[in-house]
Amino acid sequence: MSKSARKEGFARVLFTLAAAISILAVALICVFLFANGLPAMFQIGIPEFLLGTTWKPGSDMYGIFPMIVGSIYVTAGAILVGVPAGILTAIYLSRFAGHRVASVLRPGIELLAGIPSVVYGFFGLMVLVPFIRATMPGRGLSLLAASLLLGIMILPTIITVAKNALDAVPRSYYEGALALGATHERAVFRILVPAAFSGIMAAVVLGVGRAIGETMAVVMVAGNQPVIPNSIFDGVRTMTANIVLEMGYAADLHRGALIATGVVLFVFIMLISLLFSAIKKRGEER
Amino acid sequence: MTSKILRALVYVGAILTALVLAGIVGYILINGIPHLKPSLFEWTYTSENVSLMPALIDTILMALLALALSVPTGVGAAIYLVEYARSSSRFVRAVRMTAETLQGIPSIIYGLFGLLFFTTMLGWGLSLISGACTLAIMVLPVVMRTTEEALLAVPESYKQGGFALGAGHVRTIFRCVLPSALPGIVGGVLLALGRCVGEVAALLFTAGTVAQIPDFGGQGIFAIFDSCRTLAVHMYVLASEGLHMDETYATAVVLLILIVILNMGANFAAKRLKRGM
Repeated sequence: MSKSARKEGFARVLFTLAAAISILAVALICVFLFANGLPAMFQIGIPEFLLGTTWKPGSDMYGIFPMIVGSIYVTAGAILVGVPAGILTAIYLSRFAGHRVASVLRPGIELLAGIPSVVYGFFGLMVLVPFIRATMPGRGLSLLAASLLLGIMILPTIITVAKNALDAVPRSYYEGALALGATHERAVFRILVPAAFSGIMAAVVLGVGRAIGETMAVVMVAGNQPVIPNSIFDGVRTMTANIVLEMGYAADLHRGALIATGVVLFVFIMLISLLFSAIKKRGEER
Repeated sequence: MTSKILRALVYVGAILTALVLAGIVGYILINGIPHLKPSLFEWTYTSENVSLMPALIDTILMALLALALSVPTGVGAAIYLVEYARSSSRFVRAVRMTAETLQGIPSIIYGLFGLLFFTTMLGWGLSLISGACTLAIMVLPVVMRTTEEALLAVPESYKQGGFALGAGHVRTIFRCVLPSALPGIVGGVLLALGRCVGEVAALLFTAGTVAQIPDFGGQGIFAIFDSCRTLAVHMYVLASEGLHMDETYATAVVLLILIVILNMGANFAAKRLKRGM
């Protein structure tokens, strides 16, 4: 074999190995998470673990149902807050904004996406929580605070993805609507938004994924009581918060139960990403 | 009539977003800038000066180490996907699927994995290197995706030109394709850097929270096994202790400034990429 052919072959192998790293990483993550989480789950008993409503590591009671419900509530709250504002902003940026406003707002939204979650959490702790405490019942650290904060945090994701979907709608759709006598607003809401619907749904699903996985900001404002909240003013603990709050000192079965919480979270994320690819595929087929 | 309502709705949504953005950034800046005192930037951390300097240095070390691991891998993987792979093969589909999976995994799961694998299984303990490896996996898909997009945007003629001059495949990639994709790759690297700088959940149980710079002078390279806290972790610790609110605001300002610089760099790179075409 000539020298250059060997070099070509060697490079090919290197690049292939680099590509294989991501497969290796996912495999390792799955193996380590499941190997450390599942035994604990079996020891606790799967129904007791998933549906148990008492989390008392001190007396070996590990029911994460309140945390599962907590994650779902917080995510639903974030969607209620973030999706309408996000989609409207995407519509604005895509079809209403003048060049000058857009050139200010767009980097602003990039900045919003880049702000670390601790900074959001700190803002929530210093502004949202005291405001809720002063004006509404409860201690401020609440489902409401977490939902508002997460709603803000998922805005950039939703805006960017929804805007891309709206921008991708062919010009002729809009022009056709105008030709039929529709106003600008009517053309946008009746023609463009439905045409971009699957892209907008993808944006929402991505937002759900971000909200359910967010940790630090939620820990700082949610109160973290491992109980199913009765109202939006009650404290709530998510799965992510459960892990981060207790992992530092947990041992034995307690530690296993926290890793198993991670396994449940992982399964949730996988389901969400399956949903995402299904929506994307449907969008491409149309 | 409905047109007016719809238009009003759109404007309300956009104004809300703008207000939230201005509110958060403005609030942090107003409360933080007055507390940016010289004592915050002293070389060692004590409970009196609450210096953020060690955390800032740790952030730079951590991010550089993470990027040193993930950029060659991510760029290499992207080169494979664009230049070598046949898109129908099962291996390529697996690579794409796992990269997408990695992108969706929340940082706390990376933290758990890092704790189980690097910290415990490999016995690296709470350390700079455990944290950096965890971050490297976390930002790998970001580097891969942006590099792939940048490589795909390179005109086919550049490559053909390289081949026509008698260069081999590798030489063509490194001399013709990579240079013109460079701004895009840099943009991706800056994006990855931003995620490293802001990360907390993945580092809490892999790098720990010791507020000092790893002792490279005393221990040489083995200092990578020292625990350290990055700026974001530092801010989280300060905020949860609740004793030094002024310093927490100031730390938040420094974090924001870092993020703004990185964003501007990424935008600049994106512009260069467009102009280069």
